[in-house]
Amino acid sequence: MAQNAQNELDDLYGDVVLDHCRTPRNSDTVEPADLRADGVNPFCGDEVHLQIALNDDQAARVGVQSVGCSINRASASMMSEALTGKSRSDIVELAKTFRAMLKGDAPSDDEREDLGELTVLEHVREFPVRIKCALLPWSTLEDALAG
Amino acid sequence: MFDVNEIRKDFPILQREVYGKPLVYLDNAATSQKPRIVIQALTDYYEQYNSNVHRGVHALSMEATDKYEEARHKVAKFIGAPKAESVIWTRNTTESINLLAMTWGRDNILPGDEIVVTQMEHHSNHVPWQKVAQDQQAVLKVIPLTKEGTLDVSDIDSYITPKTKLVAFCHVSNSLGTINPVKMLTKKARAVGAKVLLDGAQSVPQMPVNVKELDCDFMAFSGHKMMAPTGIGGLYVKMDILEEMEPFMRGGEMVLEVWNDRATWNDLPMKFEAGTPNIADAIAMGAAVDYLSDLGMDNVRKHEAQLTEYALTEMQKIEEIDLLGPMDVDIRGGILPFHNSEIHPHDLGTFLDREAIAIRTGHHCTMPLMRAMGLVATARASLYVYNTEEEVDKLVSVLKDALRYFGDGAKRAKRTR
Repeated sequence: MAQNAQNELDDLYGDVVLDHCRTPRNSDTVEPADLRADGVNPFCGDEVHLQIALNDDQAARVGVQSVGCSINRASASMMSEALTGKSRSDIVELAKTFRAMLKGDAPSDDEREDLGELTVLEHVREFPVRIKCALLPWSTLEDALAG
Repeated sequence: MFDVNEIRKDFPILQREVYGKPLVYLDNAATSQKPRIVIQALTDYYEQYNSNVHRGVHALSMEATDKYEEARHKVAKFIGAPKAESVIWTRNTTESINLLAMTWGRDNILPGDEIVVTQMEHHSNHVPWQKVAQDQQAVLKVIPLTKEGTLDVSDIDSYITPKTKLVAFCHVSNSLGTINPVKMLTKKARAVGAKVLLDGAQSVPQMPVNVKELDCDFMAFSGHKMMAPTGIGGLYVKMDILEEMEPFMRGGEMVLEVWNDRATWNDLPMKFEAGTPNIADAIAMGAAVDYLSDLGMDNVRKHEAQLTEYALTEMQKIEEIDLLGPMDVDIRGGILPFHNSEIHPHDLGTFLDREAIAIRTGHHCTMPLMRAMGLVATARASLYVYNTEEEVDKLVSVLKDALRYFGDGAKRAKRTR
């Protein structure tokens, strides 16, 4: 494989991504849930089912079940960890920052700090047709927040 | 038989590299590459005789008209249509089928009538008939499939009945590669007085197709899958039916005389070609037909069958993938869909792409078929005249790499090449 193409592929499918993909976190359904939504991309069959139980204004428990490609599954799993413990307004901000990372330029240092482990998904930018895979869990989250 | 390496020289794009590697183009069922003479035909038209067709009294218009109608003759001959006027230019197969559904379909399918399609239809030969069935209070029936991905005709008489007005099906399935038994289905349709629409999008490019021998009433096909440019295709309609059909779109070119309150229609086929047509691409489709005719469609099919057999044999050796569709190349075109239950086709497709191998992943515009198979997406490699055994070897080898890469946690250790 040409070196650059191989490196890009290894960046996309890094160890963190594959680990989340093989061992998804928070995959049990949360019941009862205060926020919930289901997302589907009919073109490739990716699916995300999301439940959030709030305690006051904080995401106390997050459940996410995803089906489909590894980018979607890893993004969903990482999102569930990132949301847990965050307030509603912080969640809204995080979703904005994540979306900006995939659609725009590389995130700033402050944004990197907010995104934490999620920054491993910034390489998806180099694979434009896969951006929607990484965003499906997040658009499902936005649907859940919108009620 | 032809020399594939000589043929490859006729396709400029096959010389290019992707990510620094030679392109391996295996997405031919989506669209084929174009030989130099097709590209040249476009350039010639625009550089030397670009002009509107019909009714022009000047030299360029007459030249353009001659070439445009000559292309229609070539295409008609290529598909065995008895008359050139029985071929209507359209944008592609989808437009051909919609034209038919909105004209013949609406005028001839009545409440209680039945339209029969199959479980393996492309959306373009399924969704237009859903609409006709809804609008006309007709019934849409779907012939199911066997496990091998062929039509299950064991109960065919309960699908094709005296109520059937139209049997619409693909000659070759774009998602499975299956070559359907056209003559048998046509005979069944004839026996109950139904008309037959053949979707030739995948068959016309890769095998000899003769509408007279197949005895279909309608056939839709696309230029871009048979080396012609995008934006040009055709609809064949049997003359006696075509003469009775109402126009599709109304406007210039399709009229004979116009008064304030009414109009009469031009001769066939112009009656169905309102507005300035796609002159350049039609002429280039004539060039594509010349190219394919020079190769000989028997030879094209022979190459396709041999390479498909080779690919099936090699791909069957990969334990981790399921090959879909019939394994007998006598009833299979050069379409190779495959599936791995653990690894999503998009991940496989991305991996192959980085090795400059172009395949397609997804539902291939056959969602009802995917649902029937319990899948949402597959990966699909599809072959054409310029593909080689070496390219199939490359596909198989990179596919094995991809399966190792995604298949277990020790991917880095295994990537030692």
